[in-house]
Amino acid sequence: MGISRRDFFKHTSAIAATAVIGNQTEVLADQKDINHTDRYGVLVDTTFCNGCRKCEWACNEWNKNPNQPIKAFEDKSVFNKIRRTHAANFTVVNRFINPEDSNPIYVKKQCMHCEEPACLSACFVDAFKKTDKGAVVYNAGICVGCRYCMVACPFDIPAYEYHEPVNPRVTKCTFCFNRTDKEGRVPACVEICPTETLRFGKRSELIAIAHERIRNNPRRYIDHVYGEDEIGGTSWLYLSTIPFEQIGFKTDLGKKPIPDLSKGFLFNVKVLEIVASWPLVFAAFHAIKKLRNRHKNEEEAAKEKKAEKYGKKV
Amino acid sequence: MERKSETSSWVRDKIFLGMTFPEYLKSNLTLSNGIAAIILIIAVPVMIYRFVYGLGPSTNLSDTNPWGIWIGVDVLCGIALAAGGLVMGTAYYLFGMKEYHNLVRPAVLTSLIGYLFAVFGLLFDLGRYYRLPYPMIVSYGLTSIMFLIAWHFALYIIALFVEWSPALFEWLNLKKMRTLFSKLAVWATAFGVIIAGGHQAALGALFVVAPGKLHPLWYSELLPVFFLVSAVVAGLSMVVVESALTHRVFKKQVEHFDNAAFDRVITKLGKGASAALFTYFILKVFGVAHSDNWTLLNTPYGYWFLFEILVFVLLPTFLFAYGARYKNVRITQWTALLTVTGIMLNRINTSLIAFNWNAPERYYPLWTEVVITIGVVTMGILAFRFVVNRMAILYDHPDHELLH
Repeated sequence: MGISRRDFFKHTSAIAATAVIGNQTEVLADQKDINHTDRYGVLVDTTFCNGCRKCEWACNEWNKNPNQPIKAFEDKSVFNKIRRTHAANFTVVNRFINPEDSNPIYVKKQCMHCEEPACLSACFVDAFKKTDKGAVVYNAGICVGCRYCMVACPFDIPAYEYHEPVNPRVTKCTFCFNRTDKEGRVPACVEICPTETLRFGKRSELIAIAHERIRNNPRRYIDHVYGEDEIGGTSWLYLSTIPFEQIGFKTDLGKKPIPDLSKGFLFNVKVLEIVASWPLVFAAFHAIKKLRNRHKNEEEAAKEKKAEKYGKKV
Repeated sequence: MERKSETSSWVRDKIFLGMTFPEYLKSNLTLSNGIAAIILIIAVPVMIYRFVYGLGPSTNLSDTNPWGIWIGVDVLCGIALAAGGLVMGTAYYLFGMKEYHNLVRPAVLTSLIGYLFAVFGLLFDLGRYYRLPYPMIVSYGLTSIMFLIAWHFALYIIALFVEWSPALFEWLNLKKMRTLFSKLAVWATAFGVIIAGGHQAALGALFVVAPGKLHPLWYSELLPVFFLVSAVVAGLSMVVVESALTHRVFKKQVEHFDNAAFDRVITKLGKGASAALFTYFILKVFGVAHSDNWTLLNTPYGYWFLFEILVFVLLPTFLFAYGARYKNVRITQWTALLTVTGIMLNRINTSLIAFNWNAPERYYPLWTEVVITIGVVTMGILAFRFVVNRMAILYDHPDHELLH
């Protein structure tokens, strides 16, 4: 029965700890400046995309992924299936059908470069970094290959080189961090885009532009910038003419950053472990003392026995 | 020459159970060893295949389903079922419940082997297995739940080793070491309680970061608590199952046992398991109520959820209570097996069946994955038997009987 009593204490203290600490961390999060105004982003206006898939070609080209001639990307049959990112495809364009006018809507998919990335907080060797410019980048040099980042990513973006037996890597869009570090250069996909779909710039400015477009053209857009608040905000932002769940986005993610879910747990565990250690230390002392007493009694008993044998009193 | 014969007699005594090598080989020609040999003859080449050709050809893992049975079964089930050492160690060393004396060492050994082989199984899953120690020495992902688990696993394996080591030193006739480590074992147990509880909960917390991917009936912010409480249940049940099995398999070693006392202890464990299971059941119901998921119960996944918590949680709660009330050991033992199955089902549901329930592609294991898992479990059982046949696990070492 001791166990259930212990559990009871654990639970009540867990609840108490969450009540006290949980609120506190929220306050701290509010105070923290999470608007990094210098960070870049890309605004994807899905109403302009014509599905040419040149961005896929340019992405493969820049990232040295196996590529095909640009002509091959005109093949529309790939749109028959909804595709996702894979080890050699950091970005894919999918086609959805607008139920109102049956026109196609093309949606580019790639890493969203979260403001507070789930992959980063999931990684147990800290292989992900959010750079000052906004890119979430991955370091294959320390990756152990547990693939927890892939489990944690709410957008199902990171892919894995499963066919690489010795040095497999997690792969995903790099936000062309090795292009944009030079003044005036934009990601490969943005550069090649022949329409006004992709726009690279300061994230805060892009949000302003997005809202302006919605204001100026309320019939063209639904009043929502995807990525502005989703799970704490993402560097890539989307505009759409129909609700986002109809063009392949998850709209039930909420505004809370994913890392907050694990942060609270880790904090509580540490607090509980420190608190719980005292009764355990006490119990261990007690147990050792008992052990010692028993040793002593046994020794005395043995001595007595010996003494009896020789017929002497001690 | 003399030295050589000394060593060979040491090997004979310690490794070959006092037999000559040919005798020892002959004694191993049994049906169970034959089955084990067949399993290993198939599994070992498959294991090598995995390392040579990589995860792609040897698994059904994909970008959408990055985790398969090596995580869901080898690690999640393995660690839950290895909670026996935690439960028994606490009861015996820290709460001083002397009646569990005979169950402590087998439980600690089961846990030690369970953890070691869970990590061994994990090696197959890790893309770069050779970097296993990286989170300890190269780079620290302090915000990661996985980081906490990695450290806790490493520390807990050391703690379990210390808890188990008195048996090792008895076997090696190192009396001073034994006395020293018997004391350390108490500390290791106290330390182990903290970290074992922490990482059992953390295994549940792994999935807290994937709210959109796990079916709402299984997803809850209470997942860490579910995992912790059900690990206590699994630990208690596993001690019952394991003692039932070892008492049958290693009959000779427990000849002089007081069977009535053993039965009493088993039904008492059942009583504890019943209480823990009931706590777990209430928490699960609380989880459904908290997220207001009642309507989801009337869906196919809902029936599956109800099957899990009614047949494998609520039913054994009553069966354990019945076993304890009427001192029915048989019922307690079968119920323990039912409960262990249920906890495994829960881990498999959380990590595989209810995970990615709405994803465009579902995961099912490739035969090679199943073969490697069976191979890992077989190796674990063989390791357990190797130790039990040689060391004082099920009985007291004759030199140290007085100390207990």
